[in-house]
Amino acid sequence: MNKSIYSISKPANVVITAIMGIIGFACVFPYLLAVSISFTSEASLKAQGFSLIPKEFTTETYQFLFMNWQKLLQAYGNTILVTLLGTAIVLFITLTLGYVLSRKTFKWRNSLSMFIFITMLFNAGMTANYMIMTQVLHLNDTLWALILPLTVNPFWIFIARTYFMTSIPDSIVESATIDGASELTIFGKMILPLSLPVAATIGLFSTLTYWNDWFNAKLYIDSSSLDTLQYFLVRIEESAQYLTNNAATLGAYAVEVVSQLPDQTLMMATMVIATLPLALAYPFFQRYFVSGLTVGAVK
Amino acid sequence: MKDIKKNSGLLLLAVPGIIITILMKYLAYPGLLLAFKDYQASIDQGFFAALWSSPWIGFDNFRFLIMNPDIGLILRNTLGYNISLIIIGTITAVTAAIAINEILHLRTKKTIQTLMFFPFFMSWVSVSYMMVGFFDSDYGLLNQALSFFNLQPIEWYNDPTWWPLIIIIMGTWKGLGYNSVIYLSTIQGFDKSYYEAASIDGASKWQQIKYITVPLLKPMVIILTILGIGGIMYSDFGLFYQLPKNSAALYNVTQTLDIFVYNALKIPNSLGLSAAASFFQSIVGFSLVIGTNFIVRRIDRDSALF
Repeated sequence: MNKSIYSISKPANVVITAIMGIIGFACVFPYLLAVSISFTSEASLKAQGFSLIPKEFTTETYQFLFMNWQKLLQAYGNTILVTLLGTAIVLFITLTLGYVLSRKTFKWRNSLSMFIFITMLFNAGMTANYMIMTQVLHLNDTLWALILPLTVNPFWIFIARTYFMTSIPDSIVESATIDGASELTIFGKMILPLSLPVAATIGLFSTLTYWNDWFNAKLYIDSSSLDTLQYFLVRIEESAQYLTNNAATLGAYAVEVVSQLPDQTLMMATMVIATLPLALAYPFFQRYFVSGLTVGAVK
Repeated sequence: MKDIKKNSGLLLLAVPGIIITILMKYLAYPGLLLAFKDYQASIDQGFFAALWSSPWIGFDNFRFLIMNPDIGLILRNTLGYNISLIIIGTITAVTAAIAINEILHLRTKKTIQTLMFFPFFMSWVSVSYMMVGFFDSDYGLLNQALSFFNLQPIEWYNDPTWWPLIIIIMGTWKGLGYNSVIYLSTIQGFDKSYYEAASIDGASKWQQIKYITVPLLKPMVIILTILGIGGIMYSDFGLFYQLPKNSAALYNVTQTLDIFVYNALKIPNSLGLSAAASFFQSIVGFSLVIGTNFIVRRIDRDSALF
């Protein structure tokens, strides 16, 4: 049989590849531009503006950044702490609830399922959640305020449940129960090792969510010692914005104010440093995200 | 009692998760009452006691909300952008998925997928930094291009003209890789025999896409649209707040309900207003998911979410 019936013609292939290639490039272009700006000397920026290839290459910005490393290192530390602790809690909650929901012999299976499902359909909203966090739990201005709001994700719990139901045969659990193993032993010794694929997917999604979250910090964090990388970037941008907006009213001080503005090269370099682990690592992990997306979309 | 004993192991496993779910989700539900109360914080009462003993004011908070001169604009923005993003996002993602699926060279296919997935991994804060490279009025690429064509430079962060377009393009840009991957892996899961049978019958590639691929993608499109419609009163905070740098000159085209709720929450004495807007979001969001799902269920049971 002729192969060409199944696939598109050569010219069509060239056209589609070219168009999709351009779109693909457009998806990374802004980042490449930012990286290039961070390696461009301030003087050549002033003369020629931004460009994809630095007109005058320099590593000065990064040298400056690394000489003033305290703040950046602290933000890195907070981000890593929040990400690791948060992801550990997410995995614990998601796998235990997912597993219990998958067990047909569990008496309150339907009630528990409904209990989780309600949180998926109905969100109390920003204001109510804010009041609980600050007035009831009193966790504002602590790292817990960044960790806890993202720990319960009903989608992930249902993904885990579906995974356990489809890939772990009931007979495994049954025979272990007959042998006298307790539920905790069964979960810890048999189920957890088998849950690795779904745990990897959920763990990576959770890592990404924590690493990139800045909104909870914006809501709850005041102390700059608790800044995460993303919120550190927000603060830099806000202070730059504040100085620009108020330069006019500051009048005589305007010149001084402008000189205080963080250099654009410096801002770009800070962003690049904050996102570099993700930008470098994601190609190797994307298949887990793909499998998670597809499992997640199929109910 | 017997039941508890029999299920004790599984209960024990579920309890930590249940407790955190109660703390993080269920505790907030009574907080919805804030919308109907003139909340008075008190030192010697906890939040719930203070909430309960605060005077009921009926729909006063909602009346204030409706009287707000910006509310029409905010609703228009929230709905307008979300509907545009759902429609354009779906069309671009399905088109991209079908196109990528047809690329012959496997390596190229994978590389393009990887490139398109990149924005999914970046936060809006990081994206707002990158986009300065385009929008900066002195050095940005857009103004460089304008001056190259002898056109007037634009103060991008102070000129609302192009922002509706920018927001839609950037929102689509960020979700394209993510959404097209969902559709792409759905396409790759289709039974190949449909296509074989079609080609034996002499169907062209275009006809195969039109009569096989697109119809088979329909359930997935419907599920994702239901989810999208449920979130129609919410907006991607970063897209509307961080990307335009919260610039006052752009408020007319960037303010959405989320930003209104956030601002009212952070300004003293407007908690009721924030609560009313937030309540509205929750109720409308909930009704829309249930409603859309109900309609889909009537038309095509298998495509419904629940």
